[in-house]
Amino acid sequence: MSSFNPKNMSAPERRKFRGLITMLVLSLFALIAFAYMPKEGAPVTYGFVLGGEWVLLKEWIINSKTASTLFAILALVTTFLAIFLFKIKRSSRIVSFIFGASFLMSFLSWAASGKFVPFTGLLQGALLLSVPLIFGAMAGVISERSGVINIAIEGQLLAGAFVSGVLASLFANNWIGLFFAPFAGALIALLLAVFAIKYGIDQVILGFVLNVLVIGLTNFFYKKLLIPYQSEWNSAVAFVPIEIPLLSKIPVIGPIFFAQSIIVYLMYIVVTLIHITLFKSKWGLRTRAVGEHPTAAESVGINVNRLRFKNVILAGAIAGLGGAFFTLGAVGSFSKEMTAGKGFIALAALIFGRWSPMGAVAAALIFGFADNLQGLLTIIGTPIPSEFMLMAPYIATIIAVSGFIGKVRAPAADGIPYKRGGGSR
Amino acid sequence: MRKILQKIKLPILALVVALFVSGLLIAFSDPKVLALKGDPLSMIAKALSIAGSAYWALFRGSIYDPQLADTGFFGGLYPLSETIVVSTPLILTGLAVALAFKAGLFNIGAQGQFIVGAIGASYVGFTFELPIVLHALAAIVAAIVCAGLYGGFVGLLKARTGAHEVIVTIMLNYVASYFLLWLLSTKAFLREGRMDPIAPEVLESSRLPRLAGQDYRLHAGIFIALLAAAAVWWLLNRSTLGFKFRAVGANAKASRTAGISVAKSTTFVMVISGALAGLGGAVHILGADHALTNEVGGSFGFDAITVALLGRATPLGTVLAALLFGALRAGGLTMQATTETPLDIVLIIQALVVLFIAAPAVIKAIFRLKNVEEGQAIGSKGWNG
Repeated sequence: MSSFNPKNMSAPERRKFRGLITMLVLSLFALIAFAYMPKEGAPVTYGFVLGGEWVLLKEWIINSKTASTLFAILALVTTFLAIFLFKIKRSSRIVSFIFGASFLMSFLSWAASGKFVPFTGLLQGALLLSVPLIFGAMAGVISERSGVINIAIEGQLLAGAFVSGVLASLFANNWIGLFFAPFAGALIALLLAVFAIKYGIDQVILGFVLNVLVIGLTNFFYKKLLIPYQSEWNSAVAFVPIEIPLLSKIPVIGPIFFAQSIIVYLMYIVVTLIHITLFKSKWGLRTRAVGEHPTAAESVGINVNRLRFKNVILAGAIAGLGGAFFTLGAVGSFSKEMTAGKGFIALAALIFGRWSPMGAVAAALIFGFADNLQGLLTIIGTPIPSEFMLMAPYIATIIAVSGFIGKVRAPAADGIPYKRGGGSR
Repeated sequence: MRKILQKIKLPILALVVALFVSGLLIAFSDPKVLALKGDPLSMIAKALSIAGSAYWALFRGSIYDPQLADTGFFGGLYPLSETIVVSTPLILTGLAVALAFKAGLFNIGAQGQFIVGAIGASYVGFTFELPIVLHALAAIVAAIVCAGLYGGFVGLLKARTGAHEVIVTIMLNYVASYFLLWLLSTKAFLREGRMDPIAPEVLESSRLPRLAGQDYRLHAGIFIALLAAAAVWWLLNRSTLGFKFRAVGANAKASRTAGISVAKSTTFVMVISGALAGLGGAVHILGADHALTNEVGGSFGFDAITVALLGRATPLGTVLAALLFGALRAGGLTMQATTETPLDIVLIIQALVVLFIAAPAVIKAIFRLKNVEEGQAIGSKGWNG
């Protein structure tokens, strides 16, 4: 058992070990609180059919106590599996994922005892709520991987939402709105780039001030033009979802992933592109180099600040495109401060996902799921106040950055202005 | 005198440029101005009159309103009293952010700390029955303790694990507002017979005295705020602890070598910073609002950041900046009510002022200035710093 003595472990191992303990505690908690404590269960109905997709299983009715027990035991089994994998020093990512899902299912079966849970709808809604988070987090990945902190994601999303909504309304054409949304985000990013890279202003302060500026501007125009002249300025209609033939017919998966609006499909493309190019292309290698060790990057002939400049603007464009989802992807018209802090949750997802594209996507999906679950539980009524569910992503992020579970480290040169000829400020 | 002029030149010029840009925005977003496209001269005249009347309303709402002066000169000063009421919590939250800046920390969490402080003060204020001065003091102490712990937690986390204070405070702001929302739905906090989120009024004995009669909201909190500013000045410039704070803020590595505990400094600074913001919440509840609502935080915690930046993180500068932004907030309400200019122009002015101050290059280029005192750069040091 010598490998289980925390004193002999390296720092990452110790964190992993703490993660395992957390998993163990959580699965025991599920076993006691969700499976053992309730006196008697009531049937939970999971609905799997949403629209016209092929039906594999219409619904699944199970006693809540039985289901909670089942999933809690599954969580416990995966925990032991993870401990075993830790001992033989293998990656336990997939096992951890199954653990998370079973824990959630155990909780859900307990919370929705005697109720109907539209399972497919729950996941579909979760994906929709994650879309702006994913776009925002991708903007963060590109900007911060190249060494510029992007707190202005919120402002970039809001600018994209505003411009796309207004232009789609003025020209009565959603495509024009969608086309210009990235430019709105890029414009905010341009300000960030000029002040942060050219003048070396503190990036966190700058991002904060840019958010204030965008909130002020969009609120101002909203009250001055969009409300009084609504029919002209703010009457855009959302894109109609596109059902992809065949794929959208797959049970459960089809309606979730392949019956969405154009912006969601664009998101698939953006995420895939970023994931591949960041790790497989020359641009990606240079971007990571500039973010980790700009001096070394310059010594091999990379123009550090020019690359950062380009990447920050690209990041803004991506966030701007994501902003269009608030208007054209969801409700059509713009409303005051409609991003409602989503840019900061995107930042949280970026950090939670350890600055990697796929990690950020996973975190965004989890946050989106928590958000949607909270909505569902408020409607069907459960013992837990919805406010605590809403806090979950933020508390999870604090736990993540404090290094309690796993290792969270930003790119080494993130946030530090670079002066040519080596050395930072 | 020249020295002072040198110091305030940049902020004043930044304000002028921000007001000018915002004036353009007010005028040229107005359909009445845009309708005169074919006639440049009358278009400019109309633009001037529209921006002028908006700024005149801003002045009337924040400093002196001749229309209210029928009871004499002092009646016309009612807006100024409102400005001070809005500025009072801003001074305290601004000081919270400024102090953290001096120690090299960026406290975005004044909003959350303000809310936690307001919760503490409100609870003591409406629950216990205590004699007059003692009650107010107890409520204030409760706020300071709650918010000090809330802020100190951030410092402790940073000192122990390296978790960046910006990320943690952003997250804690949301946690505080959801916590407040939940509290206001519980039996302990929800006012009897009400469905909307509002707590009972704090008892008379806990309220801060009004300074100019019951018609004015002006309360003794302004003295607390000014005292706090003096205390922060003393702490930073005359005490050993403050010296350590500034040393760590200037160069953490060198301070560590010199034997200063960076971890302790970080934790202490955040305790005091949180306590200041919480004091702001207490003063606002006990002096102006009297009852806790879900919107108690307003934007006091967020404006605090622009206040501290404009005030260059010095106590005096913070007080002056808080008075300015308090005036903009108070006047903005009148402006929104009497002209067609939304209150949100205030946010734009704030953002522009701070942007211009952060980047003096713009102002220097406009006014062809050569030697302007830029003050010391304020900044945190990236996620891993």
